[in-house]
Amino acid sequence: MPKTEGNVLVIGIGNELRGDDAAGIVVARRIQERHLPGLQVLEHNGEGASLMEAWTGAQSVFIVDAVISGSAPGTIHRFDATRQPLPSQAFQSSTHAFGLREAVEVARALNLLPARLVIYGIEGKSFAAGEEISAELAQAATRVSERVLEEARATDLAP
Amino acid sequence: MPIRSGKKANPMKAKTIKVDVLARVEGEGAMTVKIQNRRVTDVKLRIFEPPRFFEAFLRGRKFNEVPDITARICGICPVAYQMSACHAIEDAFGVKVEGPLRELRRLLYCGEWIESHALHVYMLHAPDFLGYEDSIQMAKDHRETVQRGLFLKKTGNAIVNLLGGREIHPINVRVGGFYKIPSKKELASLAENLKSARDAAIETVKWVAKFSFPAFERDYEFVALRHPAEYPFNEGRLVSNRGLDITVREYDQHFAEEHLAHSNALHSVLKDRGAYFVGPLARYNLNFDRLSPLAQETARDSGLGSVCRNPFQSIIVRSVELVYACDEALRILDSLEMPDSPSVQVESRVGVGYGCTEAPRGVLYHRYRIDEHGLILDAKIVPPTSQNLKTIESDLWQFADNNLDTPQDTLQRQCEQAIRNYDPCISCATHFLKLEIEREPEPADSAGRECEIDAED
Repeated sequence: MPKTEGNVLVIGIGNELRGDDAAGIVVARRIQERHLPGLQVLEHNGEGASLMEAWTGAQSVFIVDAVISGSAPGTIHRFDATRQPLPSQAFQSSTHAFGLREAVEVARALNLLPARLVIYGIEGKSFAAGEEISAELAQAATRVSERVLEEARATDLAP
Repeated sequence: MPIRSGKKANPMKAKTIKVDVLARVEGEGAMTVKIQNRRVTDVKLRIFEPPRFFEAFLRGRKFNEVPDITARICGICPVAYQMSACHAIEDAFGVKVEGPLRELRRLLYCGEWIESHALHVYMLHAPDFLGYEDSIQMAKDHRETVQRGLFLKKTGNAIVNLLGGREIHPINVRVGGFYKIPSKKELASLAENLKSARDAAIETVKWVAKFSFPAFERDYEFVALRHPAEYPFNEGRLVSNRGLDITVREYDQHFAEEHLAHSNALHSVLKDRGAYFVGPLARYNLNFDRLSPLAQETARDSGLGSVCRNPFQSIIVRSVELVYACDEALRILDSLEMPDSPSVQVESRVGVGYGCTEAPRGVLYHRYRIDEHGLILDAKIVPPTSQNLKTIESDLWQFADNNLDTPQDTLQRQCEQAIRNYDPCISCATHFLKLEIEREPEPADSAGRECEIDAED
């Protein structure tokens, strides 16, 4: 990827009132705290159509969301969505909702994907209303925020 | 596609196919349709309801935190939650928001209807009618159509962004009005896209009117707000086609929530009468004369009468409401005078307040009891999807009964489509829902064959 000054967008998806579903939001806030020039951070609830709008115009997009795939809680999954379709199982997509996976795959069909789209899934354990994020997930969120920053620096952000 | 786990059919044993229809997380809800000896013997909807959690969460909070907190109940209709909350608290305090501020609230509501209806019509319901598994498959064959839907959605987002401050959980709404009013120029900039969106909405009505609809009607009691002059968003009396005509303050005298053993959710009923129906079809049937001339004309041209009792045709009515919302937003922008202040003055006082507004999915009721410090003593929130649950169950009961000979996988899909007629709110009431059809014995035509629904798209 050519280095582009700016134009990197990090989107953390989740609901901070639902236990481990907060993982994406936590990552977004950790990255936001760094105040890196050229890097924009968004917190998002995962509604697909507005996600597609959110990434419009950005060159490199990193999305972080909690997933359920049967791995150990805190497991980090990385998907290069520009190269491969998102697995439906991990992202719990549904015919009654238009979420992250639907947004990515509809955007692929319509040629509306950003030039680079990397998705980090953090395996969640408990999604009960009113609960705090679990310790494994909070640790994983720290690791993911570091990895996202590393990747963003390596390819897109000015050194 | 959802994870769809099928089992090999054994012709004489009960069979369960689970379809994950509404999920970020599994296991918190399910819809079961049970068929025994060629008769529907049970339909049960079990759901998790975030509003119950929020009702507890709100106790002890300051009144001015309520709009922001309740906006987090639903990612699709945060404006509705804020509006019902504001109206209820303003009712308790004896505050009335009128003039340009009231118009701006209507404009914000237009934005939410446009977003929500565009999403449901194009991305969730249309694939059912066109025979696609989901919007992803549909987008591959109908690029321009899906782009029209996304354009409509985006136009709604732009309104909610500008007035709400942030599209996901709007933070600019407060008891008494707004924190900040956009400039006249910023507001005027919405109009150009809205004109194209209105045309796109008319195209939407023409498009969906051509779908084929299962012949299915029941004798529903429709409930919606009714206002002397307007198609209802924020205000009106609660009326029905069977004589209900009450103020919002009388809601609890006429409606009850029943606790059912099979569900941790409450089912709303009209006392002594039972199930009722809220949402676009109810609004349309009770307020056709309040639609703008353009919306009425579009409905008539599509072949829709002033009353529609087929819930599968709700997709046409939802599209007519898209036309109305664009038309109404343009009317507001055209005649808007800027308010002198972003909000009216609000003084907290002890009391109980009631608020009902028309969320995209139907009547959303809030009630708050507030103490002398402006703190919430108790809260009651009844989302539209909870009010429709009993009606959804009855629809499925009759629909499955009418279609007992339909092969399992087709029936499964049609039952999902029947649930989608109500645009059940993925966040408000049915976050995590699975549909199961249990059949014993198997219908003859499917006996012995593998009944597995493909997990791949």
